[in-house]
Amino acid sequence: MISAALASYSLTAIYSAMGVYLFAFIAFTLDLAKRSAESPLATVNSAARVGQMTRVGGTAVLDREPVVAAPQRASNRFERAAFALTILGWVLHVIGTVLRGVAANRVPWANMFEFSLTASAIIVGVFIAIQAWQNLRFLGAYITGFCLIVLGFGTVGFYVNVVPLPPALQSYWLVIHVFVATLGTAFFAIGAGLSLVQLIQARREAKSIAGLKFLDTMPDAEKLETLAYRVIVVGFIFWTFTLMAGAIWAEHAWGRYWGWDTKEVWTFIIWTIFAGYLHARATRGWRGARSAYLAIVGFAAVMFNFTIVNLFFKGLHAYSGL
Amino acid sequence: MSRPSDHIDSPAPSTRESISQPKLGPIGYIRFFWRQLTSMRTALFLLLLLAIAAVPGSVFPQRSSDPNGVTQYFANNASAAPVLDKLQLFDVYTSAWFSAIYLLLFISLIGCVIPRTIHHAKALTSPPPKTPARLERLGSFSAFEIEADAAGSTLTSASAVDSGRAVLRRAGYRVKLFDGRGLDGPEFSASAERGYLRETGNLVFHISLIGILVAVGIGGGVGYTGNKVLVTGQAFANVRLTFDSFTKGRFFTDSDLQPYRLKLDKFAVNYEEKNRNALGQPIDYTADVTTFDASGTATKAVIKVNDPLRIGGNNVYLLGNGYAPWITVKNPAGKTVYSEPVPFLAQDANLTSLGIIKVPDGLASQVGMRAFFYPTANENADGVLGSVYPDLRNPVLSLVVFTGDLGINAGVPKSVYVLDTDKMTPLAGPGTADGTMALRLKPGESAQIPGGLGSVTFENKAPASDGADLSQSVQRFASFDVHRDPTQGWVLFFAITVLAGLLTSLFIPRRRLWIKVVELAGGRLRIEYAGLARGEDPTLDAAVAAIAQRHSQQLGLRLNS
Ligand code: HEM
Repeated sequence: MISAALASYSLTAIYSAMGVYLFAFIAFTLDLAKRSAESPLATVNSAARVGQMTRVGGTAVLDREPVVAAPQRASNRFERAAFALTILGWVLHVIGTVLRGVAANRVPWANMFEFSLTASAIIVGVFIAIQAWQNLRFLGAYITGFCLIVLGFGTVGFYVNVVPLPPALQSYWLVIHVFVATLGTAFFAIGAGLSLVQLIQARREAKSIAGLKFLDTMPDAEKLETLAYRVIVVGFIFWTFTLMAGAIWAEHAWGRYWGWDTKEVWTFIIWTIFAGYLHARATRGWRGARSAYLAIVGFAAVMFNFTIVNLFFKGLHAYSGL
Repeated sequence: MSRPSDHIDSPAPSTRESISQPKLGPIGYIRFFWRQLTSMRTALFLLLLLAIAAVPGSVFPQRSSDPNGVTQYFANNASAAPVLDKLQLFDVYTSAWFSAIYLLLFISLIGCVIPRTIHHAKALTSPPPKTPARLERLGSFSAFEIEADAAGSTLTSASAVDSGRAVLRRAGYRVKLFDGRGLDGPEFSASAERGYLRETGNLVFHISLIGILVAVGIGGGVGYTGNKVLVTGQAFANVRLTFDSFTKGRFFTDSDLQPYRLKLDKFAVNYEEKNRNALGQPIDYTADVTTFDASGTATKAVIKVNDPLRIGGNNVYLLGNGYAPWITVKNPAGKTVYSEPVPFLAQDANLTSLGIIKVPDGLASQVGMRAFFYPTANENADGVLGSVYPDLRNPVLSLVVFTGDLGINAGVPKSVYVLDTDKMTPLAGPGTADGTMALRLKPGESAQIPGGLGSVTFENKAPASDGADLSQSVQRFASFDVHRDPTQGWVLFFAITVLAGLLTSLFIPRRRLWIKVVELAGGRLRIEYAGLARGEDPTLDAAVAAIAQRHSQQLGLRLNS
């Protein structure tokens, strides 16, 4: 049977991806270890600048101080290797996930096994893509480690053979709703990672913990907080859309757009926590550590929703496939 | 910005104000309380509280979504359940405490949004504020000094600011020019602001939340939900009494039900037959129906899961299905006292199904039967029956028979799916004195009810000519939900404006920008650029730099960087 063959190729690709991620994880960890030996980042001086006028022929030239680019770390061999491995692992990961979809002749996110494949692929994909905007490679160990765990549980704990979609899932909303939810999850994951580093960084800045010298090579707590905020805002938009799309789908499938089904409840809880996070960022006394904790709690709720709620809570969204 | 006083961009409270709390009169207390309620801290606190309060609803079964679960919980936890029930833990989302949290939150929201809306409406029509005296104090600042004739022709502060205004306008800023005397000499300046849409978006977002709450509330008041189980061939009319269950909002009236009838012609289930990993998994449910409008015009339609039928202002959804074995009971004289299809509830994926048959009249004493139906029966080594496939391959009905008091004469409504055997004695099946086994019937077969009460028949609804094909012998039923929620469209509308408001409020930067030209002694000019973010604005520095760049180009100067 072709489909069975494809499904087994898919699994092979996933196992290979996991192997490569493992090496990427090790290299990222070595990179962190190596950072400890480096000198701290020069902070960008954003004080007011007054330019100088010079005269060249008939045109005045305003010389501005060169904009201080974020200093590049000199010795980032491990980081580069780790990132290259991450990309390689991701390609295998995507191939495995797509093959699974081809084997099932539908989108590869209809049960928990497939959802772990797709969600972790999207998380790594967003992590790779986001580097074009900001160098967040210091989160590499966190992201690859996290995805190894997800894939490990997915393949070992949740594996199911390819089965057709039950009637309730036969809807294009499966494609939209779940895909956007995973996108949101990816941004929340990165945001939680940044908030975590922010919390540790803030402790170091307050001198309440020592050691962890590698943190000197990372942005300061305030910068981390801003980065986390910007990432989480994107996640929040996706999550809002997930909530709405889910409601529309529920209306088609179950005849009501909102019925406080367990899964709906948790989607709502997560949305509310992150709305709280956005508020915290705008409330005096809540910036900094407190809002960072909210970001982490929010992501923990996302994980709880995917694992405990799927497996142990009763509800209409019984799609774990187990 | 008329935001709550503890908003991050509001000025910090002066310490004097907080130390010397003046004595508050009644009005003072109300204002104090209102200030507290509409503060950012309260909103945040209530939001987080709401998230926490929603949790128990996912832990305990809810009457609204899982009434059977609640019944079961009561059966399993007889001592704890009533206490939990007192705490409204089986009705979390309509409970007093949950409602209190969200109502407070929305009062806070209204109290927060109204002053902001008024303030914003004013801001929208008022010009940008006066240029600050010292721009260099702002975060994003740069300044350049040039000779007045640096660009070849003579520049004046007025002409330089004028071209600055053009640059700013082109970049979407609202601009006002100011002219005055600064610390270092006469100065001209352009004060500009953009991104009012950010605040507009934020307000639209919050107001739409109120819109959703109101629309949901109204919808709950005027809508209704009815459920009807139809066996193939049966029909129902859209009248309240014909529904098996009917919940209505407070303001519902029967005239809201539009007259139509709906008949279930055929109900087909496709099972997976090829994929060995999913044998018997349902692939597709299709209900072929005929609808009749008030004038009796018939229309054919199909209802599927995920594909409801829209009719007469209603949506009709296909929610459940199962088998409805047709049972006939006759008295010893051969007179039929009971003959109808009985919808059975599925107990597992292979549709082992449970049904209850109550025969109150016509026999020497009342008879109740608890029946298990196995579409593809298989007997294991211990002689226990089970179903191994959901389609009709080897249908078997097993009946445990009781006689005595069905308990339905007292007028207390009893669920059709529950047989109360407290006042009954078993005639066949477990617990009988003489060890009589439960009755086992295949379609078309009959058996005597022990005790000489009469006979029971499991009807074959499609007696095939060869007698071996039983694939159509038992009818199916489909369960339909009929909904009307007239404000659903409004909820969707507000949900979309929520999203639109969110996008604008999170991604449109709101900022002020200034270009100031100071006439220094000796015919030199100092051009200053400064920006101030209002709210999150990661691109402020870049924006100021871009304006400076474009402005100097305009002036014929070249910025080297
Ligand atoms: C139903 C409850 C509420 C929810 C779900 C909610 C949600 C949000 C969200 C998601 C944001 C960020 C997006 C944006 O800036 O538009 C936000 C911002 C904001 N909310 Fe709320 N909110 C609620 C109630 C309130 C209340 C009661 C207040 C007033 C005390 C308030 C005041 C604000 C303010 C001032 C901002 C702007 C924050 C900033 O400057 O960045 N909100 N809200």
